[in-house]
Amino acid sequence: MLVLGQDEFAKYPFLADAGEYLKDKGFTLEQFGTDPDLRMLIDKAFERIQAAADGAIYKSELTDGKVTSEAALPREVFSFLLAIVLLKLCGMRTLFNRFALAEARRAEKYLERDLGNIADKSREDLAIRIIDDLFSVRIKRDGDDFAIPVPDYLKYSVNFYEREWKLVNRRVYGGLVYLTPHETIRLLRAELGVYIASKITRARTPQMIQGFEDHVGRLVDLAKKFATPVVYTGEYPPCIKHAIDVLERGENLPHSGRFMLGAYLLSRGQAVEDVAPLFKNAPDYNERVTLYQLNNLAGSDGGTQYSCPTCDKLRTQDLCFATSECDGITHPMQFGRKK
Amino acid sequence: MNETDVVFLEGLFKKYYFEHFDLIKAPERASEREFGYQRINSGMNRHISLADDEELRLLLAQNIPSDVYCSNACYAFPAMPMKEKDWKEADLIFDIDSKDLALPCRASHTVYVCNECARASNADKCAHCGSAKTEKKSLPCDKCIDASKKEVEKLRNILTDDLGVADDMIEVYFSGNEGFHVYAFDAELQKTGSKERSQLADYIMFNGIIPETMGMKRHRPDRSLLADLGERGWRGRFARDAYGSKTGRTKAATQMKKDPDGYSKFESQLADSAGRIGVKIDPNVTTDIHRIFRMPGSINSKSGLSKIRCSRLDGFDPYAEAALLDDVPAEVSAECPVKFSLGGQKFGPYERGRITVPAYAAAYMICKKLATTA
Ligand code: SF4
Ligand SMILES: [Zn+2]
Ligand SMILES: [Zn+2]
Repeated sequence: MLVLGQDEFAKYPFLADAGEYLKDKGFTLEQFGTDPDLRMLIDKAFERIQAAADGAIYKSELTDGKVTSEAALPREVFSFLLAIVLLKLCGMRTLFNRFALAEARRAEKYLERDLGNIADKSREDLAIRIIDDLFSVRIKRDGDDFAIPVPDYLKYSVNFYEREWKLVNRRVYGGLVYLTPHETIRLLRAELGVYIASKITRARTPQMIQGFEDHVGRLVDLAKKFATPVVYTGEYPPCIKHAIDVLERGENLPHSGRFMLGAYLLSRGQAVEDVAPLFKNAPDYNERVTLYQLNNLAGSDGGTQYSCPTCDKLRTQDLCFATSECDGITHPMQFGRKK
Repeated sequence: MNETDVVFLEGLFKKYYFEHFDLIKAPERASEREFGYQRINSGMNRHISLADDEELRLLLAQNIPSDVYCSNACYAFPAMPMKEKDWKEADLIFDIDSKDLALPCRASHTVYVCNECARASNADKCAHCGSAKTEKKSLPCDKCIDASKKEVEKLRNILTDDLGVADDMIEVYFSGNEGFHVYAFDAELQKTGSKERSQLADYIMFNGIIPETMGMKRHRPDRSLLADLGERGWRGRFARDAYGSKTGRTKAATQMKKDPDGYSKFESQLADSAGRIGVKIDPNVTTDIHRIFRMPGSINSKSGLSKIRCSRLDGFDPYAEAALLDDVPAEVSAECPVKFSLGGQKFGPYERGRITVPAYAAAYMICKKLATTA
């Protein structure tokens, strides 16, 4: 476990052990529900989730990575820890993922800044240690760059489809790939989201706490409003489920996967406007480009509508995740039809 | 293959396995690997697990295989069907084959064996019966081997300089026919999957490179970004190949500023360089993490030669060193329109007729369908 300072916990609250942190500060969860002075922290936690649900990144009370006032620090950490409690109490998975993703984006900024901080070596060391601790990736500084072992680089970059991430387009010497601080963090972004999500999943679900009911109820409503018509309904074939999953986790889905997903949903009669939000979590989301591509797939501009590729094709693209329910079909559109 | 030839070859193989068993090396962690073998005129037997050298010796003695294979992968259950083997890791292997190098000498040492009348000629249309159904067979050639060695040398440099593989962890083998197998042992690379290896293969082949990597931009190119001759890795290799000298680079930089088509010209220059500086490996071999590979020291039935270790490329003559079958005189009917050298001796060309040659040379021609004992 990392030993962290005050500011560090505020930047990376997911590194805190919730139970220990509360005990350390002399609080119990129940107090937050009843003590009128502490109740505002639940509001803050709720806002933090709401911001994430809206696709925004929660604005911290941090300036240049330092807490602005003595009082702000616990607020930062408590609101994160309480947000997890709220999420566990409401149990809506769509919110888990969005929250994890937004928090990852938020932390990513600090991590990048810490990593690129030449003036303060201790901040750089901290970022390096966090990366080692969370992902078992050992990076080291070399001039303005960071060097990461080739196998680690490959592990995280293979799912990026942009050509500049191909190993051949990187500077590689002595078994190391050289990256800028920004690229280093970009490489690990999806991992950070996965880490935070797993932290939420693994957290214990407490009994309902007095004074939390109202916020939990509002979260359930929020999650419902959120459920877009394309949320997984249980009848999609495994390849499609997998693609939706990848996107919901905020990971990169290769172009071929986006093509498959878009073409499949549009062929099932979904509207472009309903399909587009699915791609919102993609690390390189661009609304205009997404709409353009979907319209193109749908043949909206008078062109032909593209159809989803066959199972054979998807197998060669590593997009097939066949289960026994796929037996005897050659095309994802046939999935679930009565035989 | 006819029965008397099978008996002849298997007699030689049997003796080889007996006398040269020390050359046949099961790799480390043999008990976690899948083995396979083939006999002449029959299919592949695989999903075999062997506990130790003794079991391997027994398999060779009992079956007298023409080819023996071992997986690059280690599995928890090597003898189970592929899906249940439980893959752990796999050696990283590269295959360099002179037939992929498209050398001009190819035609001069390629013969065509007719599927209709079984005779050999120099052209892809049979000179004897006119049939177009012929099979290509290539005979040893020094130029081909030299060119393959250059590729091995290039590969070795990239593995050590760029990818950080220790020099003494690289093993080079003559494949037993026309090329080399290069094994790179590295604890971390062993664990990489097929997708990762495909990136490694592209890296080594200089495949998928974009101009930006070499410092060329579509808009407002900046000469200070251009790759320099002294740089490490691909930037340096490309600069040395494309510009040749400091002045060459300066000239190119000036050109680049002026030329509105600079970017697309740069792209073709990259493709051009790739043909020279990229290593010509077979990417399918490198990305296959479930493959069974010809075992070091075993016989290659395409030639009757052995897959042998090459510890020094310089001066290594595989055709002199890998002809390890018996050298007793053997009489065969041969027809071989091209000359070749094997085991330090020169052979051919042979017009159709009976000849007496060392058994390894007879085996070589029989494997290439250019001779028969019948
Ligand atoms: S078999 Fe077809 S439908 Fe099933 S997962 Fe694979 S691609 Fe999808
Ligand atoms: Zn013929
Ligand atoms: Zn040749």
